[in-house]
Amino acid sequence: MSARASPSTDLPVLLPDAARLARRAAAERRTGSPLLSLRAEHGFALFAVFAVGCGIAQAQAGADQPSILATIWKWTPLLLRGFVFNLAISFVAMAVGTALGVLLGFGLLSPRRPVKRGAWLATNFFRNAPWLVLLFYCMFLLPFQVTIFGVTIPLPDWVKATLGLALPVMANVAEILRGAMQSIPTAQWESAASLAFSRRQTLWMIILPQCVKRMLPPWMNLYAILTMATVLASIVGVNEMMTLTRQALSAENRPGLLLSFYSYVLLWFFVYCYPIARWTVRLEARYAVNV
Amino acid sequence: MAESDSRPIVSLRDVHKSFGKVEVLKGVSMDVPKGGVVCIIGPSGSGKSTLLRCINALVPIDSGSIRVADFDVHLLTTDKDRLALRREVSIVFQQYNLFPHKTALENVMMAPVYVLREPREQVRERAIALMKKVGLAAKQDAYPGELSGGQQQRVAIARSLAMRPEVMLFDEVTAALDPETVKEVLNTIRELAAEGMTCMLVTHEMRFARELADTVYFTDGGIIVESGPPAELFDRPKVDRTRAFLSQIL
Repeated sequence: MSARASPSTDLPVLLPDAARLARRAAAERRTGSPLLSLRAEHGFALFAVFAVGCGIAQAQAGADQPSILATIWKWTPLLLRGFVFNLAISFVAMAVGTALGVLLGFGLLSPRRPVKRGAWLATNFFRNAPWLVLLFYCMFLLPFQVTIFGVTIPLPDWVKATLGLALPVMANVAEILRGAMQSIPTAQWESAASLAFSRRQTLWMIILPQCVKRMLPPWMNLYAILTMATVLASIVGVNEMMTLTRQALSAENRPGLLLSFYSYVLLWFFVYCYPIARWTVRLEARYAVNV
Repeated sequence: MAESDSRPIVSLRDVHKSFGKVEVLKGVSMDVPKGGVVCIIGPSGSGKSTLLRCINALVPIDSGSIRVADFDVHLLTTDKDRLALRREVSIVFQQYNLFPHKTALENVMMAPVYVLREPREQVRERAIALMKKVGLAAKQDAYPGELSGGQQQRVAIARSLAMRPEVMLFDEVTAALDPETVKEVLNTIRELAAEGMTCMLVTHEMRFARELADTVYFTDGGIIVESGPPAELFDRPKVDRTRAFLSQIL
């Protein structure tokens, strides 16, 4: 089993790198999307851009105006409220997307052909459609309220946006689950069958528990990507961090704030996503050895 | 051989099996008495492993009949019936196939608890006894990944025994092990045989086959070329093909 992650080169000098690259390739095959590779250097670079942006803006500022940092500080509570909203959207979209994705993933592995075919179509459609298009689709095609059994449930914009983001998450989770289940050796099925486990018992007690471990890194990677994608909701008018930043900028109406404000927003996303990305890489490395 | 019943516990008649166009078994018949130990030897690709898989219905056969205890294996059509059969016939694989996310003891306990639905405490006691029996009492809380090949294989044997089968099938259980650990696994099987367990082994361990088996079958090209007591088959093979094979490996 360790052979799968073992490096495929005969040149000893390449071994350290080959091992890493093989692991990464295996991870990306499982994920179906490139692994986020956020590194500390990226954070420093981002901070440098932010500092330069502040410097330029400061130079352009009039003598009677408050300093750039003070301005940013003034807006920070509002921006952070927006950021928390981004995170809320990401949590809900991830939860809904995961629940639906697991169901869709089972569909992908169903022995019944029509189910399998349908699941395959849905997975591929939602995985390959641009996220923004799905978002617009949900925003403008879903009603602003639904009435079920006489109860009227309002569907505010952010709910629709969350649903729009949950769709690609669903399709990606389905693919991650399929990949994980297929990576479990068929010998495990055979071994369980020989011990008189039923198909259902085998799935729930033996196959899925092994999948969870393999799914965790790509799932976290997907979450980080989703978090960054939540700013798309600003385009459809949801009051999240990007929208609020734009509003703050127009309220300030000062030249040169653009660079510093937007790199400030980026910094917040980096601070949130960087630990997730690092943790993902760590888990990947650990499971690659251990599985 | 312990008390050998008059009726064989495993009985194969003219079993045929093809995978696509390749005919793997071309009419195999054999009888194994209760408590008997049978070794099946032969070159790779001669259908040995397939034969064992047919006996516990992991692989369906094309024609012929297989009877194990009270089951007509070739007539089992539902999953439920096949599962009932597998409580009587357990197989141990070359690659152990333990469940990597469970400890050794849990591996042994799972099937009795969830399949036989026996009380967990009873199963636990029995599992601990089985771990002791295979000489791994100290390793019961280790995960398969932390065990050596020979240790994993002994856990796999304990796991099969926990189902209290009537017949044990061993599919080249020592082929993936290094020579030193082969011994510990073979000792475990030796004890089982001495206790009267019906054992069918596919093996390349000729010395072991000679020592332990009541009957040795030599298979090649999907048929049984020759069979008999080990002393006869190993020392005075009647068929040229058997002689050629034995001269290669002995």
